[in-house]
Amino acid sequence: MAETFTAHHVLEYPGGYTRSVGPVIGRFLTALRDGRIEGVRLADGRVLVPPTEYDPVTSQDVAPEGDHWVTLGPAGRVETWTWVREPRPGKHPLDRPFAFALIRPDGADTAMLHAVDCGSPDAITVGMRVAPRWRAERRGHVTDIEAWVPLADGEEPQPAPLRVPAEDEGPVTGIVSPVRLEYDVTAGEATTRYLRGLAEGRIVGARAPSSDDVYAASRGTDPRTGEPTTVEVEVRDTGVVTTFCVVNIPGLSELAPEIPYVSAQILLDGADNTFFGLIRGIPVDEVRMGLRVRAKWADELKPDHTSIEWWEPTGEPDAPYEHYKDYL
Amino acid sequence: MAGKLVGVVGVGQTKHRAANKEVSIAGLVRTAAKEALDDAGMTWADIDAVVIGKAPDMFEGVAMPELYLADALGAAGKPMMRVHTAGSVGGSTSIVAAKLVAAGVHERVLTVAFEKQSESNATWGLSVPMPFAPPLVAGAGGYFAPLIRAYIARAKAPRHVGHLVAVKDRLAALRNPKAHLHMPDIDLKTVEESLLLWDPLRYLDTCPSSDGAMAMVLASERVADELPGPVAWVHGMAMRSEPTMFARRDQVNPQAGRDCAKDVYAQAGIRDPRADLDCAEVYVPFSWYEPMWLENLGFCAEGDGWKLTESGATAPDGDIPWNPSGGVLSSNPIGASGMVRFGEAAQQVRERAGDYQVPLRTGKALGHAYGGGSQFFSMWVVGRDKPAA
Repeated sequence: MAETFTAHHVLEYPGGYTRSVGPVIGRFLTALRDGRIEGVRLADGRVLVPPTEYDPVTSQDVAPEGDHWVTLGPAGRVETWTWVREPRPGKHPLDRPFAFALIRPDGADTAMLHAVDCGSPDAITVGMRVAPRWRAERRGHVTDIEAWVPLADGEEPQPAPLRVPAEDEGPVTGIVSPVRLEYDVTAGEATTRYLRGLAEGRIVGARAPSSDDVYAASRGTDPRTGEPTTVEVEVRDTGVVTTFCVVNIPGLSELAPEIPYVSAQILLDGADNTFFGLIRGIPVDEVRMGLRVRAKWADELKPDHTSIEWWEPTGEPDAPYEHYKDYL
Repeated sequence: MAGKLVGVVGVGQTKHRAANKEVSIAGLVRTAAKEALDDAGMTWADIDAVVIGKAPDMFEGVAMPELYLADALGAAGKPMMRVHTAGSVGGSTSIVAAKLVAAGVHERVLTVAFEKQSESNATWGLSVPMPFAPPLVAGAGGYFAPLIRAYIARAKAPRHVGHLVAVKDRLAALRNPKAHLHMPDIDLKTVEESLLLWDPLRYLDTCPSSDGAMAMVLASERVADELPGPVAWVHGMAMRSEPTMFARRDQVNPQAGRDCAKDVYAQAGIRDPRADLDCAEVYVPFSWYEPMWLENLGFCAEGDGWKLTESGATAPDGDIPWNPSGGVLSSNPIGASGMVRFGEAAQQVRERAGDYQVPLRTGKALGHAYGGGSQFFSMWVVGRDKPAA
């Protein structure tokens, strides 16, 4: 059996997610922008940093204002750490080897995760004193602290560089959170066979083993029973539009054509399932249920969906409703 | 219904909005949960377990948000689980939570469902092109609009019936302060003149995109009987699924929906849903899904759904009001929308629906949700009185 297709896939919301942070985390981020670390004193006296909107033990609200807010550190101690030998560009906070550490700022009862820039794993120990190295350009984000650096005995932490607030600058209310997933998608045997068929100008279907139903494209199993569809059947490249809509929304994806266009469910001759296809070669207001269509094959055939560019009228009389009514 | 009795003793929800920028996701779910706890007269400490639901993680880009939300929802030291069945998730989450009580595992369960759609874009989240998948992208409306066209042809329905639903549900929402859309001036002409998005669907035939959360406290009979507030008793609950694609699948009137309704009615002793229920909160994200689901859920014969809608029977003052809260057409925080239906049904039989309260006759109401390509269904029937033994 020939190898199944695999493709690299990137899933990424364009521009990043716009995350509203709420008033409590918003105040923490606003303080970072001001060059200060703020936490909250909980009902049991413990000081939490970063603060959350609720007491993590009792779930009671933590108010965004009040004298339970305390300024911490800025120096603190390393509680535990791990060394990052090979930082990945754009994915790690520093471009040189560093430690990810849990750091407990002075005055706090909890630790926060951050980077320690100390050159070598030999230069970091549990209990070591560290202080934040603030960025000059701060925007209300946890990376306003570029990294933490070792603090010698008796040494004072460096204050945050002065920053001129932007005009009309309010408290921080949100962050942009880029999320990117990259992974390899495997097509599976049935889809690979279907796609290889397209490269030969053929539509490969498969017959369900315990019925006469033909699926094109088959996913390798009969969706009714889960049985493997092992018998391949070639399906014609003509069929009927069972139903459709006219899309008037621009830019649904890079792949969507100019509006208006027709997205139709198509029942191929010799198949028993419908699938979505693009209809062209006819004014959109003349497309109708029952329209007979044929695949418009690309000049250059490839083992992917680009081999069928769209579906266009055959010119035959429309199929009667009875022919496709059970496929709606 | 099998198992021990389950009562809805607390209901809470956010004011649904296009973008709720004042709160984090944790703040959003806590708003609904605290309201439900207050309604039940309970505190976080009273809860035995938490069941949370939402639609795909891609909407907010937070993978497994239930982990981050455990302490926000008071689940520290308690069981917590997350449910996901696409758009029906709010319904299936309610059912999973109720079954923990019906099974006698817990006596007080907090269940919450949410979506914060303003953190990304739902059309993007539902239409990410995948390798090897057919490339045509037309969004959620592009999936359902052809099925609506098929319904119109099959039932020989006049084209204005969908618009009637679009107007009816928006006018109903005016009585619901928590609804996202408040459009006092809406009429048939406004809908007919709104942008044609996916012919035959116009802009005002479609649901909005909302930030919102819904929560309920579910309790055992022993606990519910001791509380002073009204109780909505669960008389039946059911879920069904089917593949999105198989040969001769009835996509307009899916078998899974028909079977799910039959099951829940049998449990609740409903023989004629139009006569035996006081109202229904049904997942209608596109206007035409009211007549389609009227048929699917057995409120009329196949082909007659549009006639029932056209007659006004489903209006708030009709004999079988559908979506007196304004429904999904007026508020759609996707992952929460199903639980909003379940919770609004409960509020009706608790007589807590405020200005959109329907008169109680049988004291029973249906909550319904569906999701994916009409492939997941979840329903419950709740009643003012305890189910007959």
